Amino acid sequence: MIELLWWVFAALAIGGGIAMLMSRTPIASLLFLVLTFFSLSAIYVLLGAYFIAALQVIVYAGAIMVLFLFTIMLLNLGHDYRNDLRGAGWIIVAFTTAGVGAWAVSRAFGVEGALVDLGGAERIDAAVTELNAVGAVAMPLFRDYVVPFELTSILLLVAIIGAVLLAKRRV
Amino acid sequence: MITQSLWLSAILFGLGVAGVVFRRNAIILFMCIELMLNAVNLAFVAISRSVGIDGQVFVFFVMAVAAAEAAVGLAIVISVFRHTESVDTRDFNLLRW
Repeated sequence: MIELLWWVFAALAIGGGIAMLMSRTPIASLLFLVLTFFSLSAIYVLLGAYFIAALQVIVYAGAIMVLFLFTIMLLNLGHDYRNDLRGAGWIIVAFTTAGVGAWAVSRAFGVEGALVDLGGAERIDAAVTELNAVGAVAMPLFRDYVVPFELTSILLLVAIIGAVLLAKRRV
Repeated sequence: MITQSLWLSAILFGLGVAGVVFRRNAIILFMCIELMLNAVNLAFVAISRSVGIDGQVFVFFVMAVAAAEAAVGLAIVISVFRHTESVDTRDFNLLRW
């Protein structure tokens, strides 16, 4: 059952990605990208990463997509039908090189048995039952990764200031 | 399911790369970058099933960087649009050569 659901959502994710690349209007692209993000969130649930799945919906499908939507509507690009695809030759070259690259990377890791199983699944499931889905991620985050976590807040502060300064009319 | 997830991650990353190569709309280029970051997240979550919870912690950091990148990138798109009245990369290739 889980396997079957995985294949359904993987097909939805890839289909949404291809449709995003091929649709002409930015709004349609954005909605297909939201489909991809929701399918990825479902795949995270199937992989047992419940907190990451919730974050995926809240941060990506919620915040970042609304930001894109605001920009498209602010710039009034909803009916921009100027063709921005490169020629068919470019499309074929792009898909071929990307496909060969994906094949080479996933061949290194995607072969059955290439990954050493260090018992991560059992440890994650034990941590989720003991500390809940949030606590299982929060405990290592605030114990082993405190400095990167604080640096993330500085990064977000710099991004806020930078975005306001860049989008302002006069500095 | 870990190995299939890594395959899916590689395919999604390839789609993002292909989109950056053959689209010219700056906003869609940013969407393709988001797709690539999501593919990396999927790889992290899949590997966390084998290595441990640290993969999911890294996904948290990737999401923070993605949010910052989207905010700053779209601000750049807005300020470029004020100059050229367009988001097509053919219209702002002044610094290209």
